[in-house]
Amino acid sequence: MTRRVLPGLPGTLGLTLFYLTAMVLLPLAALVIRATGIGFGGFAAQIGSPRVLAAFRASFGIAFLAAWVDTLLGLLVAWVLVRYRFPGRRLLDALVDLPIALPTAVAGIALTELYAETGWFGAPLAALGIHVAFTPLGIGVALAFVGLPFVVRAVEPVLADLDRDVEEAAATLGASSWQIFRRVILPPLWPALLTGFTLAFGRGIGEYGSVIFIAGNMPGISEIVPLLIVVKLEQYDTVGACVLGSLMLLASFAIMLTINALQSWSQRRLGN
Amino acid sequence: MATSLQAAGFARRGLIALAFLLLLVFLVAPLVLVFTRAFGDGLAAPIAALREPDALAAIRLTLLVAAIAVPLNLVFGLAASWAIAKFRFAGRSLLITLIDLPLSVSPVVSGLVYVLVFGAQGLLGPWFTAHGIKIVFAVPGIVLASVFVTLPFVARELIPLMEAQGRLEEEAALTLGANGWQTFWRITLPNVRWGLLYGVLLCNARAMGEFGAVSVVSGHIRGMTNTMPLHIEVLYNEYNLPAAFTVAALLALLALVTLAAKSLLEWHLADEPSTSNR
Amino acid sequence: MRIEITGLVCRYGTTPAISGVDLTIADGEFVALLGPSGSGKTTLLRAMAGLEIPEAGGLAFDGADALALPPNRRGVGFVFQHYALFKHMTVADNIAFGLSIRPRARRPDQAAIAAKVDELLELVQLPGLGRRYPQQLSGGQRQRVALARALAIEPQLLLLDEPFGALDTQVRTELRLWLKDLHRRLGVTSVFVTHDQEEAMELADRIVVMRAGRIEQIGTPAEVYAAPASPFVYGFLGQANQIGCTIAAGVARAGAVVLADGLDLPDGPATAWFRPYQIDVAPDGPALDGDLIDLSAIGARVKGTLSHEGRLVTLELSDRTSLVVGPCRWRPREVRIYPAA
Repeated sequence: MTRRVLPGLPGTLGLTLFYLTAMVLLPLAALVIRATGIGFGGFAAQIGSPRVLAAFRASFGIAFLAAWVDTLLGLLVAWVLVRYRFPGRRLLDALVDLPIALPTAVAGIALTELYAETGWFGAPLAALGIHVAFTPLGIGVALAFVGLPFVVRAVEPVLADLDRDVEEAAATLGASSWQIFRRVILPPLWPALLTGFTLAFGRGIGEYGSVIFIAGNMPGISEIVPLLIVVKLEQYDTVGACVLGSLMLLASFAIMLTINALQSWSQRRLGN
Repeated sequence: MATSLQAAGFARRGLIALAFLLLLVFLVAPLVLVFTRAFGDGLAAPIAALREPDALAAIRLTLLVAAIAVPLNLVFGLAASWAIAKFRFAGRSLLITLIDLPLSVSPVVSGLVYVLVFGAQGLLGPWFTAHGIKIVFAVPGIVLASVFVTLPFVARELIPLMEAQGRLEEEAALTLGANGWQTFWRITLPNVRWGLLYGVLLCNARAMGEFGAVSVVSGHIRGMTNTMPLHIEVLYNEYNLPAAFTVAALLALLALVTLAAKSLLEWHLADEPSTSNR
Repeated sequence: MRIEITGLVCRYGTTPAISGVDLTIADGEFVALLGPSGSGKTTLLRAMAGLEIPEAGGLAFDGADALALPPNRRGVGFVFQHYALFKHMTVADNIAFGLSIRPRARRPDQAAIAAKVDELLELVQLPGLGRRYPQQLSGGQRQRVALARALAIEPQLLLLDEPFGALDTQVRTELRLWLKDLHRRLGVTSVFVTHDQEEAMELADRIVVMRAGRIEQIGTPAEVYAAPASPFVYGFLGQANQIGCTIAAGVARAGAVVLADGLDLPDGPATAWFRPYQIDVAPDGPALDGDLIDLSAIGARVKGTLSHEGRLVTLELSDRTSLVVGPCRWRPREVRIYPAA
């Protein structure tokens, strides 16, 4: 069909493409162009610096651990929300999205005050010798906070679609609750769990607002890549900012591709 | 049998309690802290903090940014979802990926790209400077960065919804004599109104709350280029905690309203007997 | 309105949905497009409404080219298979839609629209339900609202896509009679799509049998049933049996049995088609050998299955005297002969 019955495609598609090009593609292209102009040597010099390496280790390492914590906690919350009916369920469900709705700066100062050594949670933890605020652990707390909804919302629909008959069938075959969970429930959930993990990880490596207050921002220890980009911009080191920015953009693309691959894997597996 | 049922009951109650505890400690405690710090010593101090000229300027700028970014992305979201959901064409899924792109890019990178385009050494920066137009470290840059980070929200809500609605009602309207606009305004839009409202709410919440992207392009000029989240940072770094938490409480309130509206909308959608005619 | 379709071709991507359809429909006629799914009948209907754009061919309403008109200017009433009622509007608003969106100059005033809606609700036997929403109606009621909505614009042509497809049997039978009566009263040219041959036989003045994007046969229900133009039509119109036979000098034989004579068909192998009730068991004279493998009484009738040269033949008789499972002699009473493909 060359002509279409519903009107409006040329106009709306044209507007969409124009807007996306102007607002998204051109600015991102500016970053890519600037970064390619730097050349391999420039890149290597930037990445080779111990401060940059440490920032990448901190950002990716802590985001990875935080995403793991989110995956475990998110599975628990999703399970409770999908499988049980109880008073307050709606409230619990609404609360899950709080980290997405709460502006990151608000989350940042609130978490900092909460986990500082004089804070509600910080004081008892400090008494146990655990220091959270202004350490890498604090970054982990902030990243786990912002990442949790992604896991819950990725797992929920898949968990809800699971066929309960299969669990009952497994039970009639003599499987214990733990065996049912491990061998019947968990396998079809893997793609969703991995998707949630990847989303939380992706959010974690790019996160800025909720982290910088609690991080302490000590170069080499608790300095994350987004902050280092800001620092370099403030020092008029545009080249340095470009190198780090383009690497972060590359990571974003890799994460998007991973999620697309995970989703098509999940669709093939669940057969829809 | 009775014991295993009892065990299941214990497990159930235990897991529910654990989930509640987890969310309370992990997610709700920061929220409670914000309001306690802001309003713990009565309302006089917070009201004074909000009456301060810099705070008022930050609130005004935040409202201005949302007032520009939300309508722009609303129009974009409507156009994009109409094209993507009601038609099939090559490159359609690539387009969806592109729309989602701002969500996966670090906010700092989102700000950085605008500095690279409009900054002093940027691609278009010198031209704008020569014409006396300041974009980066000024209000236009803040608006652009906010538009970028909030671009996907309306479109993302509408595309799946419009896809699920299909084209039948639009076709019916056409056979009854309606033209394209009439079909859109009287059939398509009413059918997606709740999703549209939710998308706008999310878009607005993010536009008002965005920190990283805006921070990079703002230049942090007090009373001029500070939005509410940036003003929080300034106050916090000055150890003016009561004032910082007062502004934070205002933004937290916005988040709570957004969450409540979301729950209400989901309720509403679930209560409608059927979202399709079948 | 008189409809002329000439050489119409429609495609979805590269797969043809209709490949060359010619059809003329007289003013006031009630026509059924009958065929299995994928035969192109719905595409043809949608092309008439302007909802599909043909690649080639012509479509004329009363001699005027209709293809140039977009769907919103064809003035065709279309009833969708799943009704496509506007969920967010009341029944009355649904029916009034086509009138209320007219440009001011041609739009009736509020009172006239309200009166028209009441009149149509009366016509479709749903008086007083105007303030309900579609979700609050039963399937049959929704069907009638969809019809009233289509009739509100006083179309010269009414198109119905599987009008009874989504309804249960009892409602379907009731609505069928009602629709037939309505067509008689309104006299509007109407075309409906169905895959149910009984529905087509009962309602239509003429049946258009479609297969794989082409018209297989056009005729009155009696013509089509009595003389199916092809084995496909024969098989589609009801339960059918087939056995091999040979034609020589215009006479078709299976073994010693003469199945038909005076045929205007070339000599050679052919297929004889017959319905389950067109069979004699243990007849006088020449007969075929078979093996009756199953018998069951359904009320006053007897259904059976016999095996003949490796093929299963279904039979339906009015009494079961002298029938026993086992070897038997049988003979088709009336057959249609089609040359082997």
